[in-house]
Formats: sequence, C-alpha cells, structure tokens
Amino acid sequence: MSDAGFDHTKLGTLQQRIFSRTVVYTVLIGFTILYVLPLIVVTLTSFRSLEDIYTGSLIAFPRSFDFSAWGKVWSTGCVGGNCQGISPYFINSVELVVPATLISTAIGAINGYALTKWRFKGSEFVFAFILFGVFIPGQLMLLPWAWVLGKIGLSNSTWGLVMVHVIGGLGFVTLFCRNYYMSIPDELIKAARIDGAGFWTIFRRIVLPLSPPILVVVVIWQFTHIWNEFLFATTFTSGYNKPITAALIAMTAPQTDIREYNVESAAVIIAALPTLLIYFFAGRYFMRGLTAGSVKG
Amino acid sequence: MATIDLGQIKRTYGAGRETSYARPKPSFGDRIQSWMPQIVMTPSILAAMFFTYGFVLWTLYVSFTNSQMMPSYEFAGLISYQKLWANTRWQIAYTNFFLFGSFYVVITTIIGLALAIFMDQRIRAEAFFRSILLYPMAISFVVTGLVWRWLLNPDTGVEKMVQDLGWLGFQFDWIVDRDMAIYTVVFAGVWQASGFVMVLFLAGIRSVDSNLVKAAQIDGAPMWMIYWRIIIPAIQPILIAVLIILVQNALKTFELVQALTSGGPGIATTVPAIFVFDVMYARGQFGQGAAGAIMMLVMLLVFLIPYLVYLRMRRRREAE
Repeated sequence: MSDAGFDHTKLGTLQQRIFSRTVVYTVLIGFTILYVLPLIVVTLTSFRSLEDIYTGSLIAFPRSFDFSAWGKVWSTGCVGGNCQGISPYFINSVELVVPATLISTAIGAINGYALTKWRFKGSEFVFAFILFGVFIPGQLMLLPWAWVLGKIGLSNSTWGLVMVHVIGGLGFVTLFCRNYYMSIPDELIKAARIDGAGFWTIFRRIVLPLSPPILVVVVIWQFTHIWNEFLFATTFTSGYNKPITAALIAMTAPQTDIREYNVESAAVIIAALPTLLIYFFAGRYFMRGLTAGSVKG
Repeated sequence: MATIDLGQIKRTYGAGRETSYARPKPSFGDRIQSWMPQIVMTPSILAAMFFTYGFVLWTLYVSFTNSQMMPSYEFAGLISYQKLWANTRWQIAYTNFFLFGSFYVVITTIIGLALAIFMDQRIRAEAFFRSILLYPMAISFVVTGLVWRWLLNPDTGVEKMVQDLGWLGFQFDWIVDRDMAIYTVVFAGVWQASGFVMVLFLAGIRSVDSNLVKAAQIDGAPMWMIYWRIIIPAIQPILIAVLIILVQNALKTFELVQALTSGGPGIATTVPAIFVFDVMYARGQFGQGAAGAIMMLVMLLVFLIPYLVYLRMRRRREAE
C-alpha cells in the first residue's frame, strides 16, 4: 500500500491511535531485543575471563575486558585434539568458498543467458531438469558423493568440497540468472545478432555489462550457503581439512574438562563474521537484485 | 512477454542481406555457433543427470540392498525398510519431524505475518527493524544452535541468570528435558526463519492494490478486518510458497539440531536428517541409512507435488 495520499494509520480516535502505536512499537522492539540478544551475549562472553564466567551465567556484562580468548582461539585453541587454533579451518573455508562461488557465478550467468536469450527446443525442460536438484535433501547425496570423491582422488580435500558445492548450487544459480535475464529485452540481442554478433560476443558486450545486480545476488547467495554449510563439510573432510563450521562443532562438542566459553564465543563470532559483514554491507543489493529479477519470473 | 518475430525483423532490416548471406553450405565454425547454446548447457545437463538424478537412483538402489560398512549390490528387497521401520530411533525421528515441523511451520508463519503487518504501519526506522530481524538468515544454523544451546542450558543461560538475580525457584530446563527439548529446536528454528518470512510477506502486502483497501475503509471496515478479508487472501500465493519453503526447511533440519541438542537428551530430539547421517556415517549401516534418505525424499514429494500441480493450475488460470 504505497499510496502516499492516504494513511490508514491516521484513522480512529486519538486514543485508539496512541494505543495501537504503542502495541506496534512494543512488539517490534521486543522482537528486536530477542534477535540482537544472542549476538550481544556471545560478543560480551568472548571478552570475559573464565573466572568471571563461572561465577554466574553467560548473560552478564564483563567485569573487566579480557582479550586473551581472542588470541587463544585463533592460534592455540583445541579442535578435537588439534591445538593450533581455529585459523587453519578459517583458511580452509576461504579456500573453499572463493573458488566455489566464482565458478558457480560464472556457470549461473552463462546458463541463464543461454536459457533465456538463445532458447532452443527443450530449453524449458532443461531448466526444470536442472532446477529440481535444489529440492533434494543432502542426505541422499552422501554415499554417492563419498564414492565419487574417493574415485577421483578428492576425498578429504577442499577441492572435493568445491566440486560438491558447484554442482549442488547449479539449480539456484541458474534460477536466479534466468529470472533476471528474462527482463533484458530480447530486441537488444536480436539487433546484435543481425549485426553479426555471435553467442559469446553478445554475452561479453551486452549481457555481462547489464549483469552486476544479479551477479551480486548469486555471489552473496553462494558465499553464504557454502560458508555456512555443515553436512557435506563434516562428512567429506576430517582433521585439518575441515571447514570452519565443522571445526566449530568439533571444538564445542561436549567434553570432560572445563569448557572455555570465552574461547568458544570468540570462535562463534569468527565463524559468523564473514557472512554477517556481507549481510550488513551488501544485503540491500541482494534484496534489490532479487526483486529486479523476479518481476518477470 | 514481448516477443518479436525474427522473420519480421529480417523483412524490415535485412532484405538485402538475406541474399548476400545465402551460402550453399554453412562452415564448421558456423555450425558450432548455431549449436552454442546446447553446447554450453551440456555440462550442466550432464552434471544434473549424474550428480542429482543418478545419485538419487543410486541411493534408491542401495536402499534395496542389505549394505553394511561397504555398499553391497546384492538385491535384498525391502529388508532395509523393514529394519528402518522397526528401529525405535527412526520412529522417534519421524514423529519429531511431524511435531517439530508443524509447530515450526505454523508459528514461523504466524509470527512472520504479524511482524509484516506491524511493519506495514508506517513505522519509523523500518530499515533498522528489518535488518535486525533478517540478520539470522546470514548466519549458519551451527552458530544459531550453539548460541541458543548456551542460553537455554540451565547451568549457563537464562535459568542461571534469573536464579542469580534472586528468584531461586525459577526453572527453565526444557533443553535437558526429554519431553520438552524438541520445543527448544522449534524455538531456535522460528528465531532463525521468522525475519525472512516477514520480508516475503511485507513485499506481498505492499503489492496489494491500494484501491481495494481504500474502498473497504470508506465502507467503514476496521483495519483488522481489511487485513483478514482483503490483504491476506490477496497474498495467498506468497503464503503457500512460504509454507512450502518452511516444510522443506523442516525436513532438511540437521545442523540446527546437531548444534543445539546433538539429537539429545538421549535420542529425544533425533530428526530424520540426523538419523540418516548417524546411521550411515557413524555406524556404517548404508542400507538402512539409504532407506531413511529415500523416506525423506518421499515425505518431501508428498508436499512438493501438490504444490507443483497448484502452480501449474494457477499459471493456466492466469493465461486464460
């Protein structure tokens, strides 16, 4: 209801309006607190000393700021017996997510372009065929992937996970790019074809320069999903080859010694930070690009 | 969609070119050019064929064998399915799926819709509220699960805090209670998803024809009735899409449970995704794990196929 001249919230008596405003803001602020609270609690906990934590609950303000947990988690904290901190796993995740995201994005752009601007007999079926993969639960893929990765020598490797994620992401990247490219007028492409431009020339000269809004969407989507993914990460890698989500679960597994909640909190923040930063700085481009594409979807 | 007749363009612009380009035989390069879209799509088609459909068929086949530790390819009929349905853990897992799934889907939808309606009241700082409510979408289920595990744990979280404040009798120990632990999973799942659902609903509400709303207001309808009678029916397609997304999420819920309760206490919060992973990966009972995975697919299709039929019917109705 974007009609500026008419405001339904201005109806009713003054008392009714004050009452309804109060209810609306109370509920929204209440939910906001519920949503920010966990983030604040882990951040504060990461700056508390262990003695401080064990005198009360996790929900408290630090008595004095103690930064030691941060150094420890990065370089000496233990993940299932390996005590080199969480940094090797963070690097694994970077080495996984960067190539996987770039490759998926390239594939998505080319697929979306071929399926919308060069329709061929059966291209709609090809799209549905590729898209259906997004619905299938990962559990069905565990055994066959483990076998394939073993056969091609990529078991327990970051490149193996890159392959799993590039192929697993095919459906979504194709969907996003296809929907967006539908909104590029076909006339542009046809005019270029008449001028003798071929498949790749049109892609480079016309389609790619129009693509940044959707490429941002695909990059954010793939980056977030691959960074946060756990099932494949924990099944297909072990030891020092684990990505960060798998390492985080290993680090925080129930154990017999005293749990270092400050170190674990710092680990949680490190694991969440890359995707959070992307969300807060580029989130609006994500929403914008997605709605630009869905107009004709 | 505006499509332009290619012949029309040729007639208008290229009347002269048509003849000058006429060649008796297209060269090899030209033929490659004309097949380029199909060539470009081939890797993706093959990948989907082998790594999606092929893998599903493979898992289906393994589910009909009696594979332990190593996949065996000897057909054993329904033994794995019999073992699966006789397994107490699986019975708990699928009961939990229905229990968790229905609470998660219904509560997330209601909260998401309510928040969207509240956000639609021309409030100040809408962008601020929206970005806070949506940020859980950016973080992993692993992180959400871990943090709520600490906050809900009676020794470290809310219960301890309230007791330290002086209310010594306060109890909130659902997460370690066999009968209640599944509701903490519901809570964490709702927490993660309701902001996302709110954004989808808000976009829908904003696209409802404002003339309809105005007309109803002039007739003196109160606001709640306008939402109930006009706006919610108008966003029905989004409502159904949201339900399907949430059902799918519920079925795939894995790492949230792994991080929050590890499937416990005991096996009280085991869900199908955890069961399959555990049986296959930790115990190496491939046949039974594969049977469980196939049952997950079946449960998904039970919801998905009616939805696809609905979409097709709606598209046909719109085309008419």
